[in-house]
Amino acid sequence: MLSRKWLETLVGLFVAAGIAALAVLAFKVSNIKSIDVAGSYRVELRFENIGGLKVKAPVTMSGVRIGRVAEIFFDKERYQAVAVLGIERQYDTLPVDTSASILTSGLLGEQYVALEAGGSDEYLKDGGQIKLTQSALVLEKLISQFLYNMAAKPEEKK
Amino acid sequence: MTPDAPRDTDAETLAEVRALRFLRGARTIFSDLNIRIRRGQVTAIMGGSGSGKTTLLNLLGGRLRPDAGEVIVDGLSVPALKTRELFALRKRLGMLFQTGALLTDLDVFENIAFPVREHTRLPEALIHHLVLTKLELVGLRGARALMPAELSGGMARRVALARAIVFDPMLVMYDEPFTGLDPISMGIIVKLIRSLNDALGMTSIVVTHDVAEACTIADYVYLVGDGRVIAEGPPDVMQNSSMTEVRQFMEGTADGPVAYHYPAKDYLADLMEVAS
Amino acid sequence: MTIFQELGRRTLLSVERLGRASVFLSDVLAGSWHLLARPSLVVQQVYAVGVLTLVIILVSGLFVGMVLALQGYNTLVDFGAESSLGLVVALSLTRELGPVVTALLFAGRAGSALTAEIGLMKATEQLAGMEMMAVNPLTRVVAPRLFAGIIAMPLLAALFTMVGVFGGHFVAVGQVGVDAGVFWSQMQNGVDFYDDVLNGVLKSVVFGVVVTWIAVFEGYDAVPTSEGVSRATTRTVVTSSLAVLGLDFVMTALTLGEL
Repeated sequence: MLSRKWLETLVGLFVAAGIAALAVLAFKVSNIKSIDVAGSYRVELRFENIGGLKVKAPVTMSGVRIGRVAEIFFDKERYQAVAVLGIERQYDTLPVDTSASILTSGLLGEQYVALEAGGSDEYLKDGGQIKLTQSALVLEKLISQFLYNMAAKPEEKK
Repeated sequence: MTPDAPRDTDAETLAEVRALRFLRGARTIFSDLNIRIRRGQVTAIMGGSGSGKTTLLNLLGGRLRPDAGEVIVDGLSVPALKTRELFALRKRLGMLFQTGALLTDLDVFENIAFPVREHTRLPEALIHHLVLTKLELVGLRGARALMPAELSGGMARRVALARAIVFDPMLVMYDEPFTGLDPISMGIIVKLIRSLNDALGMTSIVVTHDVAEACTIADYVYLVGDGRVIAEGPPDVMQNSSMTEVRQFMEGTADGPVAYHYPAKDYLADLMEVAS
Repeated sequence: MTIFQELGRRTLLSVERLGRASVFLSDVLAGSWHLLARPSLVVQQVYAVGVLTLVIILVSGLFVGMVLALQGYNTLVDFGAESSLGLVVALSLTRELGPVVTALLFAGRAGSALTAEIGLMKATEQLAGMEMMAVNPLTRVVAPRLFAGIIAMPLLAALFTMVGVFGGHFVAVGQVGVDAGVFWSQMQNGVDFYDDVLNGVLKSVVFGVVVTWIAVFEGYDAVPTSEGVSRATTRTVVTSSLAVLGLDFVMTALTLGEL
């Protein structure tokens, strides 16, 4: 039977080690740094086709992540896809004529929303809308277009 | 403290069971048991194995409920007590189990100090004093740092005895205290039960089948069997009784009212039967 | 008896047992307020149940992490996706292997020890002795062990996962040649604190409750003979393991939204 002091010390060490492990998991293993503390404001976008974009996909500007896709739903009146973005509050200088396109990271990676700044002096606020959007490139359409072109070219050469 | 429990006063009787009926499954342990434990005396309860002696102690301590009849300790009806009242009663009782039931992870001192630490906030110095006093009474003060595993059977039982009397209880119950002991240890326990009972003004119930030892210290003897009391009386009356059941028990004869042979069919027929 | 009658009888017995275990749990919890005044009892049990299980948890975590990295690399390299190795190892550990394997090891080492200890105390009449001394064994013996298990499990699972990730790093970066920076950055980008880490912690808390509850109940309910205690110990390990795996499926399905 260990002496009382030793026992309590070991238990204390054990609990401290466990909490430290949790901290390591939180900070070194997960993305906790990128969870914004200040909150985000919402901006709405409409697309013809959102492709494989998912909720929580990153929203970038100049390659830097400034937010995430908060919601995706279908507008049945206008037959459009609506994506609601959550932009971190610290990035509050997006002009109202910012354009958005859905790009793919890498060749087969996940899809994300890339924003390009416009030139207006007015800035987007909570509940604002981005009007200039470019839908996702659907791979199948690309391939069929490519094949069509390939079939057409040899004709031209002859 | 216990206003609602039915009270029943009889100054000389400390505990009693009346018309007690208790079944275990289909077996009737007690059909109509009547026993009176008198204050300040050592009462021996004897009987063959399986006669329910340990069950009686469990009924008195409130660990079992009777199917019919009354169990009364110090004027309180035990089955009617609520949990808190039952625990309050148990603090005034002491019980010595057959195996001693010492806590194996605590040493001798801590084992005896256990109920004190659990129920009181006495300062360490007082606990030290109390435990050592009780250990001295059983002659084991020098063994205070040993672990239960290091104790002989007799010593373990003495430590358990010291623990049972640590609060100077009004009633101490001994469950087969003489079983499995060498003659010297047995002599010690026998002497202790009697002298502690008188010195501390306690009342003792000794459940045993050890006739000789019990009769040397008991003030009153009950012989239990067939679910009820077969005979009762002071030890000398019992030893001179003419009842055959009592004679067989007191003398330890192999055959008598309690048969030697377990019920079986005819011996010759059994031998001649061809195994199928 | 036909097989259906037997099946029915066994099911009824199991249901009755579950009921008894639930009443037992509520009795233990009802009396556990006293532990606030005596935390040393819980601390003692956290030592017995947590600190003493550390070695097997850390060693297992290390090996599981290393194997994950090896196997993961083997498969991913065929797709040219070995840069995701860090992510694969971390996700497998935080979401599933950390809580589940820790719970299984805990059931085997600490759970069986709890059952045996309480069962033996019952067999040697120590619990009965306590009752006769007006000490409630549920409060004094069972409750500290229950809370110690609930506290220790998540800590052990976190340690398992952390050691596993570092073991994976050792194999991936040190042995197989994945770039360290890529290993960690892919991981940090892909592992979500709420969905993965906290989810894993929640699982380990639930497992802690279930495994410890089963262990103390089986010990308290054991037949007080050596054979009875041995059977109770076996039942603890088997029932806890099945419960952990079953609950794991239910919790995973709930959080992934399939249920």
